Amino acid sequence: MMELYGENTFFILLAVVLIPAFVLGYNEKPLTRYGMLLTFAFVGLALRGSVKAIGCLAVFVLTEFVLAKSYIWLYGKIRADENNVRLSKPLYYVMMLLSIAPLVANKILLATEGSAGLLAIVGISYMTFKAVGIIIEVYDGLIDEVRLGEYLYLMVFFPTLVCGPIDRSRRFNEDIRRHIPRDEYLELAATGIQRILLGMVYKFVIAAIFNMILRQFGMEHTLGSLIIYTYCYGLYLFFDFAGYSLMAIGTGYLLGVKVPDNFNKPFASKDIREFWDRWHISLSHWLRDYVYSRLTMKLMRSGLTRNKLLISGIALMANMLLMGCWHGLSTSYIVYGLYHGVLLVAFEIIRKKSKFYKKHHKERWFEIISWFITMQIVMIGFGIFSGHLLGEIQYMILH
Amino acid sequence: MKDRILDIIEEICGDEIVRENPDINLVDEGLIDSLDYISMLIEFESAFGLHMSPSDLTREEMATPNRIIKVVDSRIA
Repeated sequence: MMELYGENTFFILLAVVLIPAFVLGYNEKPLTRYGMLLTFAFVGLALRGSVKAIGCLAVFVLTEFVLAKSYIWLYGKIRADENNVRLSKPLYYVMMLLSIAPLVANKILLATEGSAGLLAIVGISYMTFKAVGIIIEVYDGLIDEVRLGEYLYLMVFFPTLVCGPIDRSRRFNEDIRRHIPRDEYLELAATGIQRILLGMVYKFVIAAIFNMILRQFGMEHTLGSLIIYTYCYGLYLFFDFAGYSLMAIGTGYLLGVKVPDNFNKPFASKDIREFWDRWHISLSHWLRDYVYSRLTMKLMRSGLTRNKLLISGIALMANMLLMGCWHGLSTSYIVYGLYHGVLLVAFEIIRKKSKFYKKHHKERWFEIISWFITMQIVMIGFGIFSGHLLGEIQYMILH
Repeated sequence: MKDRILDIIEEICGDEIVRENPDINLVDEGLIDSLDYISMLIEFESAFGLHMSPSDLTREEMATPNRIIKVVDSRIA
């Protein structure tokens, strides 16, 4: 299996195939067809030509496409007839459930059987969020058409296939349909190359160093070792994931797609809310727009309560629990989600209720202390995420 | 119309500055958070009979009072 963004052969190949892309872009020729061809080739290579793996991926993506297509068709039918309008909500929920069903089955199988079998589809978590986003936007009346080629390209676009960033359909289509002037392409390409190179340094130099330190000094059953592991893992995770994201974004740029950013100096966050605006942004903003916002809107309209803090608290917990489950149905991920949910709710209460906070939060000393606390909290979160922290706690209790 | 839109923004942000400086960035200045933002969309919906979906508009499109007025105004028309 050729690991995308993981091995030398891939990078050599990538450099070679991006040259024609650059020539096309420089000459203001459309890049989309070439990008589709590359995607086809790289997906084939990544799945090592395995008929089974490629078949499962194809069936999954085509099923999602048929769902979106039929939802648009049914949506039009239902809206056209007043007697049927009441069906629009149930239909929406059915379509959404069908759309996430493969992912849910994948996660449950992984948690219970240890393998997802035929549903072990590369990038399924990321693709599902893109697909569900489309269903939601059809319901909102924002999307009234999906085209097969564009849909498939969005779903399996090779730079972002394995680990995101999670792009959005309307934004993506705008990029691949438009004509890019030479000056703009040159700028895009220059930024793209810079990001690929920076990403390589992040992932293969800095992340590798932290990984080495934690393997060397973080594996013993002592508190000191646990602390080293937790902090090194947090830094490793950032440089590994942000590095990968930078490379994916850079490749996207060279193919004329302005893939959304995934990280924006997360370790400069002064509070936990800010952290989630800077960490894994394409995921956190997806959740904000499609889950948190919609849930708060629903709760506010329902009239069940007028207490905004309560509404926000419920929505935040649901949002972060879903975030945890999206990573996988293991104890560590679920606790990770709940942990951040509780933190966000606690911060929300402080922010709204604490006179001390309101009075001082813009002062320098407060910001420094708040930043310091946030960093420790965030690192503990990574410790939970890694699975190591909970494992060590269990070990300490048992021994 | 512009006035009614500004009324809603002012009520949500709880600060007259949105009138004095309609180009102020509400998010950067900490005048509005995600929850306020949703309340604002709901207020616009009920005040003007619109449908506003959170995924429809980017936060940049809705960053300042003037930009909000432009978006809401265009939907009323």
